[in-house]
Amino acid sequence: MDRPRVAIFDFACCEGCQLQIVNLEEELLDLIDNVEVVEWREAMSEQSREYDIAIIEGSITRPEDEKRLEIIRTRAKTLIALGACATIGGINKLKNNFEMSDVKKCVYGKSADMPHLETMPTKAVDEVVKVDYKIHGCPIDRKEFTYVIRCLLMGKKPEIPEWPVCVECKSKGNPCLWDYGQVCLGPIIRAGCGARCPSSGFRCFGCRGYIDDPNVNGAKDVIERYGLSVDALKAKMVLFGIGQGPTNA
Amino acid sequence: MHNNLDINVHHITRVEGHGNIVVNVKEGKIEKLQWQVPEAPRFFEAMVRGHSYQDIQTIVSRICGICSITHSLAATKAVEAALGIKVSEQADKLRILMHYSEQLQSHTLHVGYLAAPDFFGTPSVVPLVARAADAVKTIVKAHRIANNWSDLIAGRTTHPVTLIPGGLTRTPTEKQLRQLQQTLKDAVPDLKKIAEVVLSVAANIPKFERPTEYVSLKQTTPPTYTFYHGGVTSNDNKGAVLPIEKWHDVANEYMVEQSTAKWAKWHRDAYAVGALARFNNNAELLSPMAKDAAKMFGLQKDCCNPYMNTVAQLVECFHIVETSIDLIDQLLVRGLKTEKVTSSPKAGKGAGCVEAPRGILFHEYEFDKNGKCVAADICIPTNQNHANIQKDFEKLLPEILDQSEKDIRLKLEMLVRAYDPCISCSTHFLDVQFVR
Repeated sequence: MDRPRVAIFDFACCEGCQLQIVNLEEELLDLIDNVEVVEWREAMSEQSREYDIAIIEGSITRPEDEKRLEIIRTRAKTLIALGACATIGGINKLKNNFEMSDVKKCVYGKSADMPHLETMPTKAVDEVVKVDYKIHGCPIDRKEFTYVIRCLLMGKKPEIPEWPVCVECKSKGNPCLWDYGQVCLGPIIRAGCGARCPSSGFRCFGCRGYIDDPNVNGAKDVIERYGLSVDALKAKMVLFGIGQGPTNA
Repeated sequence: MHNNLDINVHHITRVEGHGNIVVNVKEGKIEKLQWQVPEAPRFFEAMVRGHSYQDIQTIVSRICGICSITHSLAATKAVEAALGIKVSEQADKLRILMHYSEQLQSHTLHVGYLAAPDFFGTPSVVPLVARAADAVKTIVKAHRIANNWSDLIAGRTTHPVTLIPGGLTRTPTEKQLRQLQQTLKDAVPDLKKIAEVVLSVAANIPKFERPTEYVSLKQTTPPTYTFYHGGVTSNDNKGAVLPIEKWHDVANEYMVEQSTAKWAKWHRDAYAVGALARFNNNAELLSPMAKDAAKMFGLQKDCCNPYMNTVAQLVECFHIVETSIDLIDQLLVRGLKTEKVTSSPKAGKGAGCVEAPRGILFHEYEFDKNGKCVAADICIPTNQNHANIQKDFEKLLPEILDQSEKDIRLKLEMLVRAYDPCISCSTHFLDVQFVR
């Protein structure tokens, strides 16, 4: 079999997910033996218009970026959304809480009307084009990335966890952060990260997005039991969760 | 000499973020020469409004994947200044150790993966694997050591999760710190190997000079080659050190048509930040091995060749490793204690400043009595370098106009890369266009 041609593209984001690919270190060298990386602006000068797998990092915040993404989609057989900015809009969706004229004025003051500063409400990649696979997280988990790519190379469908972070957190034997007064989103957020943040004593803030069928009532019960408010939970959910489904808990 | 030249580098490669270089020469006259930053603006200062002081770090860390620890530290220091929160000596030392891990991570990435291919004349690090397998493997190893180091202290390699206002969520064990210290001691021969490989191709570093203002942190008590504490200084400021709160006097930001990122100036029409700025302002305070490395490359104080920033980063790698070995000793001698961190909301305004791998970084926030953010102001190192890159272009191009288009293009791209720009950061960047 010919090695599939892979291209990596970045839109509005911090490029931290691409960095996780670089961070594969020696494993990246093995991966490069099995695929042909034809375009990756952050790491190489080569460019291409022909590729089998397009990996999209970042969210879509300008009309011209929507057009660029649509063109990439027409050229790619398989399109992967890489990281929270691409899969759920990520932190960039915080902007959607405000009027666009307000955010421009807030940051650029009297220069706000310069045409190159034009912006639109943030969209995740699947709000613009069809996405075949999502690699969740902010940033992505390196092991999950290689797992998904390995599955594609073998022609298998990758299995992404359909259970909440609490499952992985419990299996690590962590004390529950709710017992320490933290508003942790573990009960409703998709696992697969190995509960990295709670394992470091930091609340889950939801970067992998909601599981498909979150137990919202269960989360409400937990809030009540700990004497915390739904508003406190909502404020935390909003960090990575705007417009990505059941935020009306 | 080109009578007509048209270079158009749209989205320069091997830099973090998007930037363009546009060169237009007609009948021997430079009509257009621009460093452009078209990265999609991301509006962080607007997005943090309304959020709790406890969530600021989690949001603004996402400004940049390569310097997320630095952004988190600057933000946390600003929040602590605003709310009057004190940090223990142990937490302070652990934060500095965390910060060093990112400096090494970012410097090895830039020197090894992004800049080195230019010195070897290859388009990326991938063909280098076949040509200099040992060197690439050594760089990969150093990068991995830095990443594991971040994992240990920051909870992750990117976007730290152990930093909270008042301290850290967890303390590493003495055993973990001892292992880290041994790893760093074992990494010294690797760093020497990397330095020798870079030295073997150092003749390909362009000879170009343009005196400019160099701005960085300076710490006088105790005198330290600082990335974390101290005030702001420059070679134009006659040795005076400004307190962080006065950072607006330094970074006079303004908007230009060619860029979605802001530009900045202080005493002159442009200034530079980064490893070379830190070196020029603080070189006498480097660790012994770092001083030896500088000597190897003939790097001396008052160097005004921007391409030498990459060498200054390499010199700093030695300093970071040597200083961290000592810092771990200090922590172990004191004995590690588990610290419980609490904080409560309060109205206030505060600034925080640290050195990102690519230069000085300022964060400032204001909170209401409930600890909700009402205003934010963030000034990124790459923004502070944009004007200086443009001024370098304006001096450099006439000096190299007799060279081939390929060489002109390469030297312009290399110049931008030397600054190790982080354009996602700055928009809150790059492309070269040539027109013949």
